[in-house]
Amino acid sequence: MNNQKLKDVALSGLITNNPVFRLVLGTCPTLAVTIAVMNGIGMGLSTTVVLVCSNVLISLCRNIIPDKVRMPAYIMIIATFVTLVEMVMRKYVPDLYDSLGIFIPLIVVNCIILARAESFASQNKVLPSAVDGLAMGLGFTLSLVLISAVREFFGAGMLFGIEILPEWFPKIAILVSPAGGFLVFGILMAVVNFVMAKIDLKKSLKEAV
Amino acid sequence: MDYILLIFTAVLVSNVALSQFLGICPFIGVSKKLDSALGMGFAVTFVMTIASALTFVVYQYMLLPLDLGYLRTIAFILVIASLVQLVEMFIKKFSPTLYKALGVYLPLITTNCAVLGIAIANITAGHTFAMAVVNGCASGLGFALAISLLAGIREKMKASDTPDCFKGFPIALVIAAIMSMAFSAFQNMVF
Repeated sequence: MNNQKLKDVALSGLITNNPVFRLVLGTCPTLAVTIAVMNGIGMGLSTTVVLVCSNVLISLCRNIIPDKVRMPAYIMIIATFVTLVEMVMRKYVPDLYDSLGIFIPLIVVNCIILARAESFASQNKVLPSAVDGLAMGLGFTLSLVLISAVREFFGAGMLFGIEILPEWFPKIAILVSPAGGFLVFGILMAVVNFVMAKIDLKKSLKEAV
Repeated sequence: MDYILLIFTAVLVSNVALSQFLGICPFIGVSKKLDSALGMGFAVTFVMTIASALTFVVYQYMLLPLDLGYLRTIAFILVIASLVQLVEMFIKKFSPTLYKALGVYLPLITTNCAVLGIAIANITAGHTFAMAVVNGCASGLGFALAISLLAGIREKMKASDTPDCFKGFPIALVIAAIMSMAFSAFQNMVF
């Protein structure tokens, strides 16, 4: 595996195949935790840790696990790492653990992780699998930060919990409510689609010339 | 009265999909057609009811006495995955018509976070066995309601002229946002 290919894998996870905006995976945590940037970062990083660990282990075991029971095996591997992350977070960052609540155990059923296990880690060597896990995880984190920044800034006038907009500035309270999650996510996804379509168009024009 | 309130809360006030953000993947993914949305909704209701009962028993009578509470995520996902498999085999054998109707959606439920989410929520909320089962069933019905409403609207939207970049998922999310606003009105109801 050469460097170019690793670079491609990394770029694909971060941008061109961004799990949230392009593959539309893991939407539940995306919508639920993005009220504040800190929550977005916490959720993104804990998912990244689980994703890298499970990708590495699954890639290591890919020749041992029989094809028929691979799904339950993957789920067990993922659930084990999630439980570990859950215990570590409860001990060292109890505030974040409380604000993410039920969505930490629910990392188990985050479809990004199972999707990467099935479509990448089970067919590739350890190093590319680790890079893929890291890139996908960071792509997920990046999207969460983007959505939560919009929601926290316009909805509560804050970023990282620090007041930024002055008191009198009108805030769009609906953005921090559940409805705002759907709204911001939908509009941002449309913006991403728009930009991607523009880039594709430019590329094809260049090729035509 | 407690049960009526519980059902009302689970179906309308804190709807799984629209206000708790559980099971969004199938909510957005399988809501293109009304028939498939209804199939998915009822498959989820069915599995969620049984899963609530099973996970409650597993947690209270197996994990707690053995002091293994921290294993609940692993235990629950195993229970749900095998339950879905079992239900699939059972329905295939005894009701081929129902199996055909639910068919593809059954295996998908394993990764529906609403099932695991409600199972864990039952434990954290300290529900009794009966309340857990009622909550599971009502949450499933709430999911079925939300997904069929969304599918109905999306079927109508097909005829309208949406901008290219909004086609597909983005417009479905915007519709869900408006539905969520409508459902949030239930929060202000007082008994």
